[in-house]
Amino acid sequence: MFTVIITLAIIASLFGIVLAYSAIRFKIEGDPVVDKIDAILPQTQCGQCTYAGCRPYAEAMAKGEADINQCPPGGETTIIALADLLGVEVKPLNAEHGEVKTVPTIVRIDEQTCIGCTLCIQACPIDAILGSAKHMHTVIESECTGCNLCIPPCPVDCIHIFPVEATIRSWTAELPDADYAAPHAS
Amino acid sequence: MTQANRQLTKTAADRASLSTFDGGLTLVAYKHLSTGSGITTLPQSKRYIIPLQQHIGVISQPIVKTGDRVLKGQMLAKPGDMISAAVHSPVSGTVSDIREHEVPHVSGLSDLCVIIENDFKDEWVARRPLADEYNNSTSSDLRKIVADAGIVGLGGAVFPSSVKQTEMNIRTLILNGVECEPYITCDDALMREYAEQVISGADIIGHIIKARNCIIAIEDNKPQAIAAMQQAIDEDGTGFFQIKIIPTIYPSGGEKQLIKIITDEEVPVNRYPAELGVLCHNVATAYAVHRAVYFDEPLISRITTVTGHGVASPQNIEVLIGTLMSACIEHCGGYTEDSDELIMGGPMMGFALQSDELPVVKATNCLLVTASEENPKPKQHHMPCIRCGKCVDVCPVRLLPQQLYWYASSQNVDRLNEHHLFDCIECGCCAYVCPSDIPLVQYYRYAKTSIRQKERERKASDIARQRHEAHQSRLEKQKREREEKLRKKREMLKTRSEAKGSGKTDSKKAAIEEAIKRAQAKKAERNKSNTD
Repeated sequence: MFTVIITLAIIASLFGIVLAYSAIRFKIEGDPVVDKIDAILPQTQCGQCTYAGCRPYAEAMAKGEADINQCPPGGETTIIALADLLGVEVKPLNAEHGEVKTVPTIVRIDEQTCIGCTLCIQACPIDAILGSAKHMHTVIESECTGCNLCIPPCPVDCIHIFPVEATIRSWTAELPDADYAAPHAS
Repeated sequence: MTQANRQLTKTAADRASLSTFDGGLTLVAYKHLSTGSGITTLPQSKRYIIPLQQHIGVISQPIVKTGDRVLKGQMLAKPGDMISAAVHSPVSGTVSDIREHEVPHVSGLSDLCVIIENDFKDEWVARRPLADEYNNSTSSDLRKIVADAGIVGLGGAVFPSSVKQTEMNIRTLILNGVECEPYITCDDALMREYAEQVISGADIIGHIIKARNCIIAIEDNKPQAIAAMQQAIDEDGTGFFQIKIIPTIYPSGGEKQLIKIITDEEVPVNRYPAELGVLCHNVATAYAVHRAVYFDEPLISRITTVTGHGVASPQNIEVLIGTLMSACIEHCGGYTEDSDELIMGGPMMGFALQSDELPVVKATNCLLVTASEENPKPKQHHMPCIRCGKCVDVCPVRLLPQQLYWYASSQNVDRLNEHHLFDCIECGCCAYVCPSDIPLVQYYRYAKTSIRQKERERKASDIARQRHEAHQSRLEKQKREREEKLRKKREMLKTRSEAKGSGKTDSKKAAIEEAIKRAQAKKAERNKSNTD
């Protein structure tokens, strides 16, 4: 009788130690769902979803506070990926948050007009504008995500939107024409 | 019996020892069109347009400026990265501009080019040829010569050759003289006329990679090239080289297909042939290596086949890189009346060009001008897939083309990856046999480019996330620092005011009090002195 109780007690305490160790050793920092959602979002940090950036929007979505169709830069692809991840129905983009961009864009500063006020530098969420007070500013085009957040603060309206032109390195082939409904994989 | 015939009778015995790959096609070759005459040299033009991206990898960085005088063979742009290639001037003259110009590419888009006005002086940059000394040079020195000469794989893939020439325990160097695609005869012509130089180039490559033997693979429809190469090998007499005559099946010239034929081993997915102990180089690449080592001459010219029923006198031409295609066509008698389309490359893997005002690049192995009645695939809407499975039979990579087509048209990326879309070599066999005329390769190209585009977008968004996080942490740090500064200042003021017994605000009061104290002290002192 006693041996049984002692054996069980030893086994139980062993399991207890293993569980306690693994709880510390394999502790997951943060919320993995938020990370997964954040990975799908386009990271323009434009705030069109009404949240302060992509991560806050991802956090709100994980809590169930925000819908999946509030991201215009991500468009349909992002909505489908989010629906897939969260196991909900695909829905069209909520027009309140803006329209889907057909062509990716960037901004450029008209350097003749720029007065060097630094307001756009402060507005850029990814530090893609270079310059200092009373000196000309310029956009690092390769980093610009086209969020357009720098446009409203500019007092002299010298920031303009330009489409990103395809090069032979970024070119995508077109889907060939078929004269009947395209097949769909099951 | 001529030497060529003797070679052909040997073929049967050779074939017995060869493996084969699945699928493939026997095509009507039309090679005779352009092999009638020898290689002719194009006269120099007034202007040359040198694209900075003529290779797989990163675009080259220009090292000349507009207005610079350049010499023939001078480097115009240095490699932009590890996997990139240098670009050289084909003539002596002046850099008139560095700007966007239309280049031969499937997309029909423009790219950065260096434009050179020829001064017809043909002045070479200073050259220090190594010649026979290469036997005493190290692999890395020779590899540097190959890299500095801007040599890329001339079979069509234009992969920088020096990057490929590793010393990763290579047993066998395979020299690819297969040239399996119809119409194209530039390698055939090269082997017929420059067999010795090709062998010499292969010997140099063999020296670099420390290969034990070299197998030269040639299709059995090129008896003259086989004879010429055999003669060169006999003269060499080292026993390093061996010719393998392989049956004419398209696409046996594909690197992985050729390795399967010769070694009976398959290159695994996402692996390099070097891991099997073999390395493949095109005969034209070997020729370019020979020119680089023996004459210190960079890759500024190549042999190109101008052929098809749409051109008056098809032939092989030695042409400087950067020559306009229109000049090549003109040299070959111009277009015929019923010429239809200008294609760069062959009928299977080539692509139609939007104009002939494009420069010849390192990848231009063939300029095919089709006549209206020979154009194999008229542009029209295709019919639905009937699942006949013919494409599966001919696929040399053993993929399932119809499944890939299904998933490509519905953009199912996961399924496309599961079905190994990126192993497709775009040989065009599936589209060739398709009874519904489905342009299958175009579907795969669409799927590949859009998947790569998504990948680029994902990378860009990762960078944006990092930058945003850095931005946020910078703002927080600044805020913390500001608060810290404020706190310190407040503390400093506090301690100062405590020491003085009052704040800065009533400094007047403090001054008065101090004055009173001073006065009282003086008074006391005076009283003291008075009493003394």
